[in-house]
Amino acid sequence: MISVQQIHKKFGKLEVLNNFNLEFNAGKSYALMGPNGSGKTTLIKIILGMVLPNSGEVYVQGKSIKGSFSYRSNIGYMPQIGRYPDNIKIGQLFSMMQDMRPEVKNYDLELIEAFGLDKMMDKPMHTLSGGTRQKVSASLAFMFGADILILDEPTAGLDPMAAETLKNKIKKEKDAGKLILITSHILSELEELTDHAIYIHEGEIFFNDTISSLKEITGESNFSPAIAKLMEWSLKKNTKKTELTHV
Amino acid sequence: MKFVEFNYLLKAMKIKISLILLCFLTFSIDAKTVRLKPGQSIQAAVDQAFDGDTLVLAPGIYKEHEIIIRKPLSIFGESYPIIDGQDEGNIFLVAGEKIHFKGLKIINTGKSNMDDSAGIKFFDSKNCSVENLILDNTFFGLHFSNSSNLTIRNNHLTSKAEREYQTGNGIHLWKCKDSLIDNNFVKGHRDGIYLEFVTNTISQNNLIEENKRYGLHFMFSHDNSYIKNTFKHNGAGVAVMYTKNVLMKENIFEENEGASSYGILLKDITDSEVIGNIFRKNTIGIYMEGSSRTLFKNNTFTTNGWALKLMASCDENTFEANNFFANTFDISTNGNLVLNNLQDNYWDKYEGYDLNKDKIGDIPYRPINLFSVIVEKIPSAVILWRSFLVTLLDRMEKVIPSITPENMIDNTPKMKPYDFGSANS
Amino acid sequence: MFKLLKYSLYDIVKSRFALLYTLFMVLVAISIYQVSEDMSKVSLSLLNIMLMIVPLISAIFATTHFFNNLEFTELMLAQPVKRRDVFLSQILAVMFVLSMAILIGFGAPMLLWGADITVLTLLGIGISLSIIFAGLAFLASVLTRDKAKAIGISLSFWIYFSLIYDGFVLYLIYSLADYPLEKTTLSLVFLNPVDLGRVIMLMQLDISALMGYTGAFFQQFFGSAKGILLSSSMMFIWMLWPMGLAMRVFKKKDF
Repeated sequence: MISVQQIHKKFGKLEVLNNFNLEFNAGKSYALMGPNGSGKTTLIKIILGMVLPNSGEVYVQGKSIKGSFSYRSNIGYMPQIGRYPDNIKIGQLFSMMQDMRPEVKNYDLELIEAFGLDKMMDKPMHTLSGGTRQKVSASLAFMFGADILILDEPTAGLDPMAAETLKNKIKKEKDAGKLILITSHILSELEELTDHAIYIHEGEIFFNDTISSLKEITGESNFSPAIAKLMEWSLKKNTKKTELTHV
Repeated sequence: MKFVEFNYLLKAMKIKISLILLCFLTFSIDAKTVRLKPGQSIQAAVDQAFDGDTLVLAPGIYKEHEIIIRKPLSIFGESYPIIDGQDEGNIFLVAGEKIHFKGLKIINTGKSNMDDSAGIKFFDSKNCSVENLILDNTFFGLHFSNSSNLTIRNNHLTSKAEREYQTGNGIHLWKCKDSLIDNNFVKGHRDGIYLEFVTNTISQNNLIEENKRYGLHFMFSHDNSYIKNTFKHNGAGVAVMYTKNVLMKENIFEENEGASSYGILLKDITDSEVIGNIFRKNTIGIYMEGSSRTLFKNNTFTTNGWALKLMASCDENTFEANNFFANTFDISTNGNLVLNNLQDNYWDKYEGYDLNKDKIGDIPYRPINLFSVIVEKIPSAVILWRSFLVTLLDRMEKVIPSITPENMIDNTPKMKPYDFGSANS
Repeated sequence: MFKLLKYSLYDIVKSRFALLYTLFMVLVAISIYQVSEDMSKVSLSLLNIMLMIVPLISAIFATTHFFNNLEFTELMLAQPVKRRDVFLSQILAVMFVLSMAILIGFGAPMLLWGADITVLTLLGIGISLSIIFAGLAFLASVLTRDKAKAIGISLSFWIYFSLIYDGFVLYLIYSLADYPLEKTTLSLVFLNPVDLGRVIMLMQLDISALMGYTGAFFQQFFGSAKGILLSSSMMFIWMLWPMGLAMRVFKKKDF
């Protein structure tokens, strides 16, 4: 569904992604991991067209995204920090997003209702707490029934109940055959929601396989220690990654 | 060829007309009034007339020029008969006493600079008058030399020349005295009113506009007054030179805009008075050079580029109780030593205060601003006027005067403008 | 794009800045009218506000607004809309609010106390300069990732155009005083929007002095409608190019 081919991206002199290749398939859920500055955010932004690669191509549903914007109607994106124009009301924000996708007629309002946002449609954005804004971001990502969902730290800032609601929604969408891409620092959450782990280190793919094979390779039965080990290896020996890369 | 033929024909006609008139006159020898119809020769009628006769011209076109009059005579027109000089020479040439013109329309003189063709040219005349004439497309309009006791009133002079050298002066007086120039309209000539060696003459209520060079131009013309005239949009405004004892009162000088355009250019004018005039929208309101002992009082200077340009060769002039509004620069000068007196003027740029409520500002006003000194040296710098940079420079100069002349100062600036009645309108 | 613009406008019009800035303009207008009822004096007092304060506020507000809205801009970019539309909706909303503040702020007092063509020209220049400096501010903003740096660049634009540039021109005129510099000076003035606005005002307030130029070029320029036309079209170019350039950079920028 998404194919990232030979992406190369530099910010000034800093190489962020180097000869980067990845495939994401429908019906699967990917955990995108890596230390800060490893390039995972850049990858997401390249897929979303917010960052333009120096070379290489990204294909979404078989079409190159270069110079295209309409492919994004098939992506629901939840940013890490949701900041919105201060004086716009929640309801207006929703209708604005809907205006941007005139082709979508049926809206998925499940999260809005579950979060109780339908009762505060008249509140301006600047009066909302960080958690509520996060709820708004989540609702927006799921509103249009997009085939691809990219969620950047989805549960950060949410209260446990809301986090649970969101997780259930993600699972439901995954089961419905959507492609889901999540970055998170909460490993338990990733284990719960994803079946595929991608570990990026210094702009290159260090690990890319199912979670079960991750556990197998690291010899750990739990997800967290397995990741920790992966991290340890990646820092210690750069040579090992070639053996471990399953691209 | 054709012209020769034509002239011949004209001469033949003249003789015939003279004969007819001769018959006519023999029957009415005592008549004081002679009536002419188009087609009849004015010259012949003049020649036949006796002293003190009146020639009345019926409406129509009289194609004639070089009409010579040497005896007391009145030539009056009914409903503006047209005397068409057909672009040749002068139309009337006059030398005598008590010769009066009234109600004629005189058009198309020659265009020669050699003989200064004019609508009516007076030589050595006395007690003559020119009233209610319309002159159009004349080289010079009314041209007087060596004459006195003239009345020039209610005339309307226009010229449509495009360049200065293509036209002469509207009302031109040379070596004349004791005359009155009243309520005339002069437009499109070289100089509107030109006076040289003219004395004891009053010019009043004239409207002089859009002349190519000066609206009013006089030299060596002492003891004259100029009252309630309007000089508007003339090529270079008004220029007056080498003269003493002039009174200029309640005139309006406006819209004289251009590189060398002045409301008035004063050169070597002494012992004169400039009172109650309005200077509006001139590039330079008054430009003064080598002038002294002149009083400028109750004048209004508004929206001029420079209200006053005072060259250092001027001294002992007094500027008192004038209004200065919305001029780009109030005063500029070229030297450091300026021996003139400024007092009791209203300056709209004055930013002082009046704590003792005597309606006079407590701190003096310096009308010369730093930037005007710079512009005086480098004219193209004017383009930076009103920029933040220039405002800053001026403020600094106001606090610590360094290059502006120190004695150019009004120690008694008024807080409120004067109301000169109509002068403020 | 108009859908996006509608919401950006709604947001910015309801902002505290829009209210305060309009109020500021009303106060300025009222105080100027109170000081003097003579229109030419009103124009002069207004001139400095339009040439100095308005560009400054416009530059700073536009920069701040750009960075305050950066996350939202990013979210917009992840939506199926053109980058151009995202950019235009942002910048046009800013320009609109800056212009409306002047128009409303001065419009009301003017309806009460009257205005003349000079004051109206001045408002036009104020609006033009708002648009130009908002454009320059957006240009500064897209050229850097740092808000403080962008504000710095915007302020530099402001100081450069309102002070340093004129110093340079004055120096040039002064050191080359012996040469005929009319055309050079005028074209230099055209390369600075603040100077351009000022010259348009000079053509109204100080035409008599400007006509004192010796060059026939200036006579023609200042004496005719051609001068007004030429300077207005130049002003228009100034309104377009910073915005256009900023849009080009925005289209290729990484967020």
